[in-house]
Amino acid sequence: MTETATPTSALVVEEQETRPGFIGTSVPRKEDRRLVQGEGVFFDDVKRYGMGFVHFVRSPYAHAKIKSIDVARALELKDVYGTLTGDEVAILTDPFFEMSVPPGSEIKDYALAVGKTRFVGEPVAAVVAATRELARDAAELVEVEYEPLDPLVDARRAQDSDAPILHEDAGSNVVWEGVFDWGDWEGTVAEADRIVRIKELHFDRFSSTPLECSGCLVEFNRGTGQWTMYCNHQMPGIGAIWMAPALRVGTDKLRFVTQDIGGAFGNKICLHPYFVACCLLARKLNRPVQWTEWRTDQHTANAHGNERWFEETEVAVKADGTLLGFKTHAIDDCGAFPRYEPLGCIIWAQVTPGCYRWQNVYVDFTQVATNKSPVSPNRGYSRMQHLWFTERVIDIVANELGLDPVDVRKRNYVKADEFPWTTPNGCVYDSGDYARCLDIALELVGYDGIDKRRRDAESRGKLLGIGIGSTLDSGTNNFGQSQLLNPELQFSGNNEVATVKLDIFGEVVVTLGTVPQGQGHETTAAQVVADALGISPDDVTVRPGHDTYWNSHAGFSGTYASQFAVTGLGAVKGAVDQLAGEIRTIAAAVLGGVPEDAVVLEGGFAKLRENPEAAIPFMGIGAIVNANNAILPEEARHVTLNCRYVYVPPFEVPDTERKYGNLTLTYASQIHVCVLEVDPETGAYEIVDYAAVDDCGNRIHPQIVEGQVHGATAQALGAATHETFTYDEQGNLLTPNFYDYHVPHALDMPPLKTGYIESPSPFTSLGAKGMGEGGGAGIHAVCAALQDALRPVGNPIVYDSCNPPHRVWELISNPAESRGRISVESR
Amino acid sequence: MSEPVAQKTISVEVNGTTYEREVEARRLLVHFLRDDLDLTGTHVGCDTGNCGACSVIVDGTLLKSCMMLAIQADGASIETVEGLGADGELNPLQQAFGEHHALQCGYCTPGMLMSAKALLDENPEPTEGEIRRAIQGNICRCTGYVNIVEAIAAAAEAGR
Ligand code: FES
Ligand code: FES
Repeated sequence: MTETATPTSALVVEEQETRPGFIGTSVPRKEDRRLVQGEGVFFDDVKRYGMGFVHFVRSPYAHAKIKSIDVARALELKDVYGTLTGDEVAILTDPFFEMSVPPGSEIKDYALAVGKTRFVGEPVAAVVAATRELARDAAELVEVEYEPLDPLVDARRAQDSDAPILHEDAGSNVVWEGVFDWGDWEGTVAEADRIVRIKELHFDRFSSTPLECSGCLVEFNRGTGQWTMYCNHQMPGIGAIWMAPALRVGTDKLRFVTQDIGGAFGNKICLHPYFVACCLLARKLNRPVQWTEWRTDQHTANAHGNERWFEETEVAVKADGTLLGFKTHAIDDCGAFPRYEPLGCIIWAQVTPGCYRWQNVYVDFTQVATNKSPVSPNRGYSRMQHLWFTERVIDIVANELGLDPVDVRKRNYVKADEFPWTTPNGCVYDSGDYARCLDIALELVGYDGIDKRRRDAESRGKLLGIGIGSTLDSGTNNFGQSQLLNPELQFSGNNEVATVKLDIFGEVVVTLGTVPQGQGHETTAAQVVADALGISPDDVTVRPGHDTYWNSHAGFSGTYASQFAVTGLGAVKGAVDQLAGEIRTIAAAVLGGVPEDAVVLEGGFAKLRENPEAAIPFMGIGAIVNANNAILPEEARHVTLNCRYVYVPPFEVPDTERKYGNLTLTYASQIHVCVLEVDPETGAYEIVDYAAVDDCGNRIHPQIVEGQVHGATAQALGAATHETFTYDEQGNLLTPNFYDYHVPHALDMPPLKTGYIESPSPFTSLGAKGMGEGGGAGIHAVCAALQDALRPVGNPIVYDSCNPPHRVWELISNPAESRGRISVESR
Repeated sequence: MSEPVAQKTISVEVNGTTYEREVEARRLLVHFLRDDLDLTGTHVGCDTGNCGACSVIVDGTLLKSCMMLAIQADGASIETVEGLGADGELNPLQQAFGEHHALQCGYCTPGMLMSAKALLDENPEPTEGEIRRAIQGNICRCTGYVNIVEAIAAAAEAGR
């Protein structure tokens, strides 16, 4: 294991011959040159002759019947090209496919509201006009008559007998429910010395709010019946699975094209309703249509992170702080339509025991629909909520039993020599050393001197607190987990594709199935290819973005769920290894019929190991195969120099009865430590020291890894301190833009100290792990630090994931309220 | 009473080139740059003037081009990200952004670069606090600002 020093990278190419490898070094990013010159191509930059601009008419009500829609006045305006309403959508399309079992599977979700609207901002009609401004004006002229209904805003009320029902077809607000029972909860209770009870914890609603909003430019080809979408969908494989059946076409009729995407973080996975509306309009109006979401619409109606309640939690503990197990009832709020849900009801189980050796876990999980924006995966998706819960549990237990949070963690962490570690539900943690990471993080914030700093803060009238956030970033999904929520679903495993080719003039060209949004895929793919072919990343062209026409994708292609380093680069590695073999085949044949293993690849040449003078440039090989193949012997003529590889991770279908099996391939870990100072007069606080220590196995490009750590930390700190999608009782979003929804700005960010270790994954081709999501460690660390700081002022319990100053002030002014949520039973 | 003017012909200089165009009176400067002049380097990230993705320099002053009408720029001289480098050469800020990994998705980058340029034009030796203040109006959702601040400091250093 390497520690906090820059690793020197040496790659063994051939026996006894070493040369510096590009993997593990921070080579300049290929993407940057165009982006710093404003020459990136984002979907909104693409123009087509005669294109119309789409504006959606959106519901002002959280819950209402649509009595009528009249588009006549809009259509009267000059240069308004046309409209679309829910009634047309209901005729022209089928509802999107639902993943749940009944009653959730009965929910009908269309591109536009049909008959009823279920959240503020839900699109009920669309208008297309010659300019953005005109489309907006025309949308104002669409007359919609609503009959308002009582809204359901609080997920905890969703099953009350008098709760409004969102989806009459389902007859219930429950989207999915299930019990997860691993180990032996009853036995655990019997064995425990203490049972700590926590009445209610709440993980708040927020989202990563990528700076670029969603959208597409859609062209319909009447001759072929095919739609092309220049867009920023981050998971076209799944997008097509939703869209094609709804549009009653095959997936071959849908072409997704992306180049640069201005961040996505999971929020650009559920764009299919909007895209279907645009597809229908492009066909109906026989012209390209362009939709760019407004920021207010992005906040109001696109993609929020899951809100989750943890009710009546019980934690079984030994007197020495050994954690035996926990039981909780989780209520997950997925907003008005499930869409990617109820996958989140399972995804958390990838990290069931968090970083800990907990063996007995009982979770009763219910997901409900409410009259709020639909959710979609959001950086840290579903695991973050659960990891926040496990970290809160650890700190509350430590607090109530008078134990040291550092000791409790170290006592219960999975130990470095216990990997691969199997969790109670059959997930296999591949590698790591959580205690070591914690030590480094504590050292970075000067933990030894913390008491002195506490006293110093006190002398200034401030309360100092220190808190830890330990998280896992599980990557490379086994989609078989979907069968745990619906055994009828025919999804399992995972896949990703890459092609690498050597072309006629010696060009090395890589095509990815992934859909990058800033993660530097062009760069890291080029590093892998360069090392395998003995060339420089500068010699490698990686096509930016994604295009269905490249035929370099598979069912799960996309960029999501921390997996590129494993699936994407696994595919690149597979393809380039094949290509290297083919180059050797040709060189061996051309250089005199020598065995292939006599050929080495170096500096753009294939050479004979024993006689480097005998060499042929890649250009020569490319030219022979592509344009001069009659000179080749028969046995070399199958070579195409165009190698496509599908990476498939080694998964099994989980056991649906026991809900048991390996759900993800890799587990990167992040241990964060936060030091903050609270002003007890106001509840305002400032983060004064912060350390993030990351372990994602072998780092392909250390600078990119660091960048992801910074970004994930910033998003977590935003969520911990300010970012919240708060609704009023009528279901109006109170934070619908960057004015009200306060994301961190440059002055809000504390100085970050970072460190890392590398525990290579034994399960991946490069020893790397996905790590982009970061598990929300900052949220957990801030909550823990606040709780520590507030100990002297009534020892309140931090029960919410988002703690703006007003909530901290509430904790201080009425500690009994939050303390009332806790009880400890000694046995 | 005369009708309010709905259209107007304006003349603006952008990165040294003069453009004359008829625009709708209500067209935002950012949409004029992006849609009418096809200078798509300047981005749009919000609808409330909070994100700074659209930052440009108008007659030497840093402005959010979504908070200004195109007709208000009549006669002005505008600098956008496309004008930063010369003949395909990156300027020191652009160079430093790449070297310090100050961009991930690159969507905020044009606005950040313009804010940074405005800062360094005024104050070639900024402190870290001054750098942070100068980009306070620019949201980045990817980087946590760490490397952006470093890159601007490095560009200032290089320019010294
Ligand atoms: S687009 Fe101008 S400030 Fe956001
Ligand atoms: S690099 Fe993506 S928003 Fe700044």
